[in-house]
Amino acid sequence: MYETNYHRPSTVEEAVALLSANPDAKPLAGGQTLIPTMKQRLAAPSDLVDLRHIEALRGIKLEGRRIIIGAATTHAEVAGSEALQSACPGLASLAAHIGDPHVRHMGTLGGSVANNDPAADYPSAMLALDATIHTSTRDIKADDYFTGLFETALDEGEIIVAVSFEAPEKAAYAKFANPASLYAMAGVFVARHGAGVRVAVTGAGSDGVFRQGDMEAALSANWSPAALDSVTVSADDLMDDLHASAAYRASLIKTMAKRAVAAA
Amino acid sequence: MAKVELTVNGRKVAREVEGRMLLAHFLREELELTGTHIGCDTSQCGACVVHVDGKAVKSCTMLAAQASGTEVTTIEGLSTGADLHPVQRAFNTHHGLQCGFCTTGMIMASVDIINRYGGALDEATVRAELEGNICRCTGYHNIVKAVLDANAEMHGQTQAAE
Repeated sequence: MYETNYHRPSTVEEAVALLSANPDAKPLAGGQTLIPTMKQRLAAPSDLVDLRHIEALRGIKLEGRRIIIGAATTHAEVAGSEALQSACPGLASLAAHIGDPHVRHMGTLGGSVANNDPAADYPSAMLALDATIHTSTRDIKADDYFTGLFETALDEGEIIVAVSFEAPEKAAYAKFANPASLYAMAGVFVARHGAGVRVAVTGAGSDGVFRQGDMEAALSANWSPAALDSVTVSADDLMDDLHASAAYRASLIKTMAKRAVAAA
Repeated sequence: MAKVELTVNGRKVAREVEGRMLLAHFLREELELTGTHIGCDTSQCGACVVHVDGKAVKSCTMLAAQASGTEVTTIEGLSTGADLHPVQRAFNTHHGLQCGFCTTGMIMASVDIINRYGGALDEATVRAELEGNICRCTGYHNIVKAVLDANAEMHGQTQAAE
C-alpha cells in the first residue's frame, strides 16, 4: 500500500471540505473494499477521509412508513435492527448474509451503494425498494443513481448521507453466492408497494444492477412464484465468466426471483 | 503520519505511525503482539481477527489510525494469569487445530460468536458464522465441536453465577 494521510472529520461539511481540498482523496467508510484495493496498489488515494465518526451518517430511523438508514450504518447494525426486522425484514436478512461476520462489523450500507460493485447486494435492494439516495448536496432516486459498473451519479467530493424508502408490503432477497468470494453470482430483490412490484437483479448484469421488467409485470398481475414460470429471462447482456455462463446466470435469476417471492 | 492512541488488552498505548499502517502490523510490529497472524493478506482467511470495541474484525483490513480511540483485544488479552479462556481450553481438549496458524483468529472469532448468540448456538449456526475463517488443515469438525463445547461451558457458567 502506498502512503496516505488519514483524516477523521466529525461533520459532513468538514468531510466535503477535506475531499474538495485534496483532488486525490477518497472517502473511507468501512474500508472492506477500499483497503484491500489499496493493498493491491489498485488504488492510491493521497488522503483518506474516514466517514465513520460523523454522527449525521449513523443510525436507523422510522418516520411513519418511511425508513431512513444512515450511510455509515454497518451491515451488522442493519441485520440486527429490530425496527428493520419488523418494517423490512428482507433488507435485514440481505445484510445478515453479506460477506462474513467480520466484514459485516465494518462494512457499511453507504460504502456498498457508493462503490456499486456489480455483484454487491445492496444496490438491488435500493433499486427494488425505489429508494432515495440522500447526499451532501441533493436527493437522487435509485433509478437515476446506478449508472454502470462501479459507476454512480455521485460527483467528485459528494458523499452519501443516508438512504430512505417506504416500508414495503412485501419484500425479500435471494442470492446464489459464489462459494469462494461470497459475492452474488445472481441476486434478486423483489418488493411490493400497493399494486406496484419492482424486481432488481445484481451479480448478473454486464452493466451492473438492473430492473427485470417482465418479472415486474408478471408479479404485479399475480404475486406468486408460479407467476414467473412464463417469464423468459434472456441471457443477452448478462455476465459470462469463469464462474458462470450467461445462460446459467439467466437460469439463476429466475430461480432466485421465485425463492425471493416465496420468502417475502 | 498519524497519531494512534488506543487501549490494547487493557493497556493504553500511543504511537506515531504511517497513515497506511494496518492494525495487524501495528499489533505485531509496534507492540510485538505476534499472536495475531497474517495469513492471506487479502481479507479472506480470518487469521488476523481481533476484537475492536468488542466486535470481531479483520485487523489486516483496518488501518491502525481507524482503530485510534478504541479498545482492542487480541489473543494475548483473552485470558489473564495461568488459566486459559474456555474457548482456548476447548480447542485444546477437542484438538481443534493441526498446524495452529489459523487458531488465534478462529478463537477470537469463536468468542465473538458465543458472545453474540448468548448460548443459543447449534452446529449449523457455528459453521455459518465461521464463514470468514479458513483452516487449510481442514480441521473444521473439531473446531466446531470446540466452539459448541465452550459455548455450553460459558453459558453454564453464566447460569451458575445468576
